[in-house]
Amino acid sequence: MIEVILLSFLSAFLLPLFFRFNKKLPGIISTLVAFFLFIYFASTLPTILSGNVIKESTPWFPAVGINFSFYLDGLSLLFALLITGIGTVVFLYASKYMEDYKYSARFFVYLTSFMASMLGLVLSDNLILLFIFLELTSVTSFLLIGFKHEKESSRYAALQALIVTGTGGLILFAGIIAIGIIAGTFNISDLLSNQQLIVQHSAYGLILFTFLLGAFTKSAQFPFHFWLPSAMEAPTPVSAYLHSATMVKAGVFLLARMNPILGGTELWQNSLILFGTITMLFAILTAVKQTDLKKILAYSTVSILGTLVMLIGIGTDFAIRAMIITLIAHAIYKATLFLISGTIDSQTGTRDVTKLRGLKDKMPITFATAILAMLSMFGIIPFLGFIGKETLLDSVIRSGLYFPFLPIIVFVSSVFVIAVASIVVLRPFLFAFKKTPRDVTEAPFRMWIGPALLSLLGLVFGISATYSLTSIVNSVSASIFNFNSDYTIKLWYGFNLNFFLSVLIVLVGLVFYRYRNIFIKIVSHSAIINYVKPSFWYDKFISGLNKLATTQTSLLQTGFLRHYIIIIMLAFIVFVGYTFFRNIPLSEINPNFNSTTYEKILAGVIVISAFFVVKAKSRLYAIISMGVVGYSIAIIFVLYGAPDLALTQFAIETLSVILFVFVLYKLPKYQNFSHPTRRMRDFLIAGSSGLIITLIVFYVTSIQLQSEVKKFFSETSLPIGMGRNVVNVIIVDFRALDTLGEITVLGIAAIGVFSMLKLILREEKN
Amino acid sequence: MNLILVLPILIPFTTAILCLFFWKNIKAQRIFHLSGAFLYLIFSFVLFSEVRTNGILVTQVGDWVAPFGITFVGDLFSAIMILINGIIGFATAIYAVGSIDEKRAQYGFYPLLQFLIMGISGAFLTGDIFNLYVWFEVMLMSSFVLIALGGTKPQIEGAIKYVTLNLLSSAFFLTGCGILYGVAGTLNLADLSIKLAELNNPGLVTVIGMLFLVSFGIKAGIFPLFFWLPASYHTPPAAVSAIFGGMMTKVGVYSLIRVYTLLFNHDIGYTHTIILVLASFTMVTGVLGAFAQTEFRRILSFHIVSQIGYMILGLAIFTPLSIAGTIFYIAHNIFAKTNLFFISGVVRSISGSYSLKKLGGLYKPYPMLGILFLISAFALAGIPPLSGFWAKFIVIKAALEVEDLISVAVALFVSLLTLLSMIKIWNDAFWKDKIDSESEEEVNQFKSMSKVKKIFFLSPIVLLALITISIGFFPEFLFSLSRDAAEQLLNPQIYIEAVLGKVK
Repeated sequence: MIEVILLSFLSAFLLPLFFRFNKKLPGIISTLVAFFLFIYFASTLPTILSGNVIKESTPWFPAVGINFSFYLDGLSLLFALLITGIGTVVFLYASKYMEDYKYSARFFVYLTSFMASMLGLVLSDNLILLFIFLELTSVTSFLLIGFKHEKESSRYAALQALIVTGTGGLILFAGIIAIGIIAGTFNISDLLSNQQLIVQHSAYGLILFTFLLGAFTKSAQFPFHFWLPSAMEAPTPVSAYLHSATMVKAGVFLLARMNPILGGTELWQNSLILFGTITMLFAILTAVKQTDLKKILAYSTVSILGTLVMLIGIGTDFAIRAMIITLIAHAIYKATLFLISGTIDSQTGTRDVTKLRGLKDKMPITFATAILAMLSMFGIIPFLGFIGKETLLDSVIRSGLYFPFLPIIVFVSSVFVIAVASIVVLRPFLFAFKKTPRDVTEAPFRMWIGPALLSLLGLVFGISATYSLTSIVNSVSASIFNFNSDYTIKLWYGFNLNFFLSVLIVLVGLVFYRYRNIFIKIVSHSAIINYVKPSFWYDKFISGLNKLATTQTSLLQTGFLRHYIIIIMLAFIVFVGYTFFRNIPLSEINPNFNSTTYEKILAGVIVISAFFVVKAKSRLYAIISMGVVGYSIAIIFVLYGAPDLALTQFAIETLSVILFVFVLYKLPKYQNFSHPTRRMRDFLIAGSSGLIITLIVFYVTSIQLQSEVKKFFSETSLPIGMGRNVVNVIIVDFRALDTLGEITVLGIAAIGVFSMLKLILREEKN
Repeated sequence: MNLILVLPILIPFTTAILCLFFWKNIKAQRIFHLSGAFLYLIFSFVLFSEVRTNGILVTQVGDWVAPFGITFVGDLFSAIMILINGIIGFATAIYAVGSIDEKRAQYGFYPLLQFLIMGISGAFLTGDIFNLYVWFEVMLMSSFVLIALGGTKPQIEGAIKYVTLNLLSSAFFLTGCGILYGVAGTLNLADLSIKLAELNNPGLVTVIGMLFLVSFGIKAGIFPLFFWLPASYHTPPAAVSAIFGGMMTKVGVYSLIRVYTLLFNHDIGYTHTIILVLASFTMVTGVLGAFAQTEFRRILSFHIVSQIGYMILGLAIFTPLSIAGTIFYIAHNIFAKTNLFFISGVVRSISGSYSLKKLGGLYKPYPMLGILFLISAFALAGIPPLSGFWAKFIVIKAALEVEDLISVAVALFVSLLTLLSMIKIWNDAFWKDKIDSESEEEVNQFKSMSKVKKIFFLSPIVLLALITISIGFFPEFLFSLSRDAAEQLLNPQIYIEAVLGKVK
């Protein structure tokens, strides 16, 4: 399988080469790639359906237990087939839809890479590998949503999707690593036997939280759903493929995959049901009031995703089967409807349902396709959607969970689904034709054939469910439950409660569709809606972050050198000073004051001149006082028997004073702007820094070790170093490299002075 | 004397002097400069493989036995850093030939760059605390002149802040050296490690450690000492920013790791907790700083700070995995960060600006540049399967293993913000349309460049991007290196015995 995924990525990156050859080639080649992949996965069906799994592993990063481990079982095969099957249709459609775009090659590079990442995600047997592909789908999704990047709204939507799914992803990342640490492996197939270890671990709650966040953000669960409707900025094939049929189901996939590892607890069940149900209801209520075809479809997708999450939460075998069937049915009809919305958009020039009327005569094939998809979405017998709705109702009622609230909510949302389907299909196609921005003609072949086939598939699967779906549904639920189940899917179970409920839903839904305006009026007049709008909070969060960043930075990075110095000195006082007083009892500091009178006088001179430097009324005084400090230090050298050092120090001090005096002529008049309190503050900082160093030195002088190095220097200086002056021998022999370095520093400084005086480039515009 | 250990200093030193002899002849300087960088690259690799196969290499400069002379030590960590320095130095050398203006080249740009490389190499290889100070001075002086060279107003302003605050760091460093010598009577790192233990006074050792924390913390750019970095790194030419941002700041981190594994390991509960807290603050303040900027290189500069936080987080956790994570992170970060600065220079030559407000519309005409940017930017943000992802993975795993949930949360939050600010550059410079497109023609210096110059300009970017991708796809190699290096660091005995022989 690794070859398959690598080949898919490779083909993606090769597409630009073909583009140079012929601008139509990338679309056609990627369609063929998707189709080839579909055939490949279809060919593994017999193996998988007979209860086997295909596992393979190539070492990658074995030191931390990360390998290219892939795992093909019922669940991953179902997803792989959806990805490549719907992928083929979408690529074919896009090869026509994107034909006139100047940068269509880039589009197909992204879309093919996405497909490869998505395949990698569902086939991964290693949680880290899965995560890598999950992130790659986020990245490709970012590039695709922002495809029309000259538009501000596209960039906004792309970033929003990336932030929301990226945040979830990062949190999930921590959870995955935690599982790896607890169980000692990242391999999903090995984790299956470690369920108890993880579920009973004290960190289980936290880990579950991270997985839920990862899955909920990716699969657009309330309150993280808002990025999905914004993502409709992407070209329509992208919306159909990523943001309806495949990528947004990655979260659902993750939950299904982790069900045998993290599931089975009350916490798992309740959180999934809670968030799933809220999402299901909230999104479909929002869908009804939209007017943009794609937004309506997006919200209804969110609602279905909620339904799927809820069903995994319920977690009975009936619920899981209902989840699988609903997932297949939805992927098929929703991809169709999205593609049709793209067709309508490109043929008429608008996606606004209030401007679209009576397209049936102008676009008969598209109309027929739309009707088929709508009937599946309605849940009309014998479409696949019917089985989905029946099993959904059945499993919710049968589970007995949260009775009667859960069945009622499911019923209500289903009613709204009918209304939404009607708005999307009946409204634009029926009634008398209304003029649109463009002259309407039927869609070109490559744009209608795929959706038409897909919508027929919904019918075919419905009729033949027992034969076509039973084994795959069983196989998938076996992967989700980690044991084999044997159940026969049927289209017709007789006139039971579920059937009557189904009929009732359709009838009520149609009535509601007729009178929907009353509802919309009520909803749009209630002000609460704005506060439950998570996108509002997202914007608040981003602008808050900006404000925080600006405030923090203007506080810290003020641009004033003196502030920087103050903070650094304070840090010194806190870190070194605090540590000193914490670690060393003051009683142990016994400074040795047995110094000579000369030394005492010199110390006094140094301290007094230092005060003069600070208090001086003019620069000249300050510099001269500095000079006094320097000369006094030189005299100390003399007292300690180092006349050469003293001479050097004298020379340096004299030079600096003279140089400073020259510079003084160029400077403006000396003025003191600082406030007395500030001077006080600076005095305190400087004073405490000096005090700390002094105390350290006092302490250190009392506890010196015997130095072998000093002894060695004085003993070998003459016999081996050939010099009586130990300091000199140290400088030019023992530690000659230091001297080489310091000479280099002087050389560099010379270059610097020369170049800075000579070279002054004109101000570079910035 | 083992010449291999000294060559990383001798080669750039000789090259610089040769360049100085040909002060007016830029062509000759370029040839010396490129061949010097190439030789360095080769010998850095030789040194690296020697150390990898034979263990720690030690040489005594001037043949004065340790601890009396100056010792050069190449352990695995040093060797990795030298190899990276070789690669970055080579890339920067090529890039500089393609991007540095004639004026700067006439006033000593090439020899200065070589002196900088010499200083960095010395810092990585020396086994002597005072000698380290000397290399810091070499680095400081050459980098100061490099920042100021050209003398534009922002450069001078940045240079003054740079040199003042770094001199402050030097003052702390020198004080620390003095105190160490006063207490232990030695400057040799291995010997110091023994003597400080013999001192039997962990309280005092920790105090000295704090002094070095402040000094190296300034050099490394950690919170709350990093101010000079974002104040200066965006002012010189891109080639200079690149080697500063990529390589030079890491010398501070290197030194912190060196002294906090070899010398100041007497009260880990205290010192490393402080480092841990500082790591979190560094990560957060750095990334927020980046978030507030609207200039390409300022964003990158603040990010340096933020990522230094990640590196010292690994040091603070102080497990074999976390130190390995730190080394991995340093290696990855150097390549990605240097490359981003390189790219900023190309962007500037195309659009005539670093300001995001003035940039725009680069993706449509320059898709390859866009992809090169995304590779480094995504690597920096830790998007898989690029190098930064593994770096992040290892550091976070190490933090989770010691159940430090706060650091994990901070690291994840910061990585999100890193992604955000990288996307900010991407959206503004590459995706959005340029606002005033009429001036496009006159500012675009890139178009009018000769083909050879373009190759010099772009090939280092491709090279570094390939390295970033390779680390991403083949993480095992760098990781096993980092793990072995961490192993050595956490067992100072190996280092001490290599330098001083079996302890009597």
